Amino acid sequence: MDTDTTNNPARCTCLSEPGVPTCGGGTDNVSKSGTRTTDSIITPANRLDHFLARWGVNREGHRVEPGLYRLGNPGHDSPVFASANYTLSYDALRSALAGYDAFILVLDTRGINVWCAAGKGTFGTEELVRRIAVTGLAMVVSHKKIIVPQLGAPGISWPEVLRLSGFSVEYGPVRARDLPEYLKTHTATPAMRRVGFPIRDRIVLIPVELGHVALPALVATVALLFLAGPVAALAALAAVTAGTALFPVLLPFIPTQDFSTKGYILGGLVAIPFAAAFASAPGLPGWATTAGALVPLLIIPAVTAYLALNFTGSTTFTSRTGVKKEIFRYVPVMALMAGIGVILGIVLGISRLVGMI
Amino acid sequence: MLDSYTETTLILEPDRCINCRRCTQVCPHAVFAEGPDHVVLARPASCMECGACALNCPVQAITVQSGVGCAWAMISAALRGKDMDSGECSCGGADSTCCGTSQEQSCGCEEK
Repeated sequence: MDTDTTNNPARCTCLSEPGVPTCGGGTDNVSKSGTRTTDSIITPANRLDHFLARWGVNREGHRVEPGLYRLGNPGHDSPVFASANYTLSYDALRSALAGYDAFILVLDTRGINVWCAAGKGTFGTEELVRRIAVTGLAMVVSHKKIIVPQLGAPGISWPEVLRLSGFSVEYGPVRARDLPEYLKTHTATPAMRRVGFPIRDRIVLIPVELGHVALPALVATVALLFLAGPVAALAALAAVTAGTALFPVLLPFIPTQDFSTKGYILGGLVAIPFAAAFASAPGLPGWATTAGALVPLLIIPAVTAYLALNFTGSTTFTSRTGVKKEIFRYVPVMALMAGIGVILGIVLGISRLVGMI
Repeated sequence: MLDSYTETTLILEPDRCINCRRCTQVCPHAVFAEGPDHVVLARPASCMECGACALNCPVQAITVQSGVGCAWAMISAALRGKDMDSGECSCGGADSTCCGTSQEQSCGCEEK
């Protein structure tokens, strides 16, 4: 197997620049035909790139140069695998194929993973047919078959690929790590065809989820710290943390099917100690403690439910029809609850400023 | 009650099915199962409307309004006055889509 590929971190870039190796394996070795050479080794630089991708750093820059790659020492009859030019997708494939001689055809998905790119059409029939033609794949291999990841199917029409390129599409398993087993018979077991959403897959999404709301959460926390005190600031942090970090972890364990109602339940539980704290504040009239307890009970579940609803895009199973139903069913309630909670909070704040409480 | 995911837009026309079973290969949620003469909808409520089955059916026996079930993208579209169902706003969009400058939302599929 050819492992003579440089992957010097100092020279590695996540951006696609001609002649510069990308993060996805060594790519220095470009033949006259334009075919590059890669290997199955995941280097520390690759791992750093994966870490940064998980945290949403340079989101658009985790790319591999599109084109045809030689893995190992492939011949005319070696299998051809299609992948996206997103480093996590490409690296999962090449590392799963350790010890195999194969070609990898990297499509230009603009740095997006296979499944999302397939949904958008960039991992699609047109790009696959074009890439087969551009790389002269028909001259490189003697067969006319290309193994496409199953999750690329939403973008690929195998009858069209066959008609336009002469290549037949074979859908491999969902997960690249199942490829060695799959390649023994070229038959996927039912388990290989199913997409799950295990806790590991949910946890790795937390950094990006947190990143999406970090700035508004920070602003709200600081504002509440000065306007309403440390408990209110802590409540804001708790609501956001529950919706973005705790929710993915607890997703299958919270009763109900809808994400919004799951969020309400989680947010309600998080709000209870804050409500209790405001309800037992000393020296305040009854209406003020009641209103103070209501504020977290209204705002925290609404915020957590909204964040939970937004997690639908990160999951592996929500349908557009269902999400749309959720939006129309619950978002108005969330807005109403948050609105009443904010108004109550403002009333309490003004009352405190004018010395009523 | 409290389940918005019981109905989808997936339609199978058994009369047109030639039993090639491609749909069973591409569906990530085992919505289709093999039958004696044609495939059957074994778990229709599990359909996430990805569209893989319809796109890969050689005889157009399957129809589905495919799209990404992403509330963030759909709400962003609505707030910008765009059609929530247009698909303009979805994971993996280009810079000019409703997802803003980020090319990708955090779909749970990075390693796939």
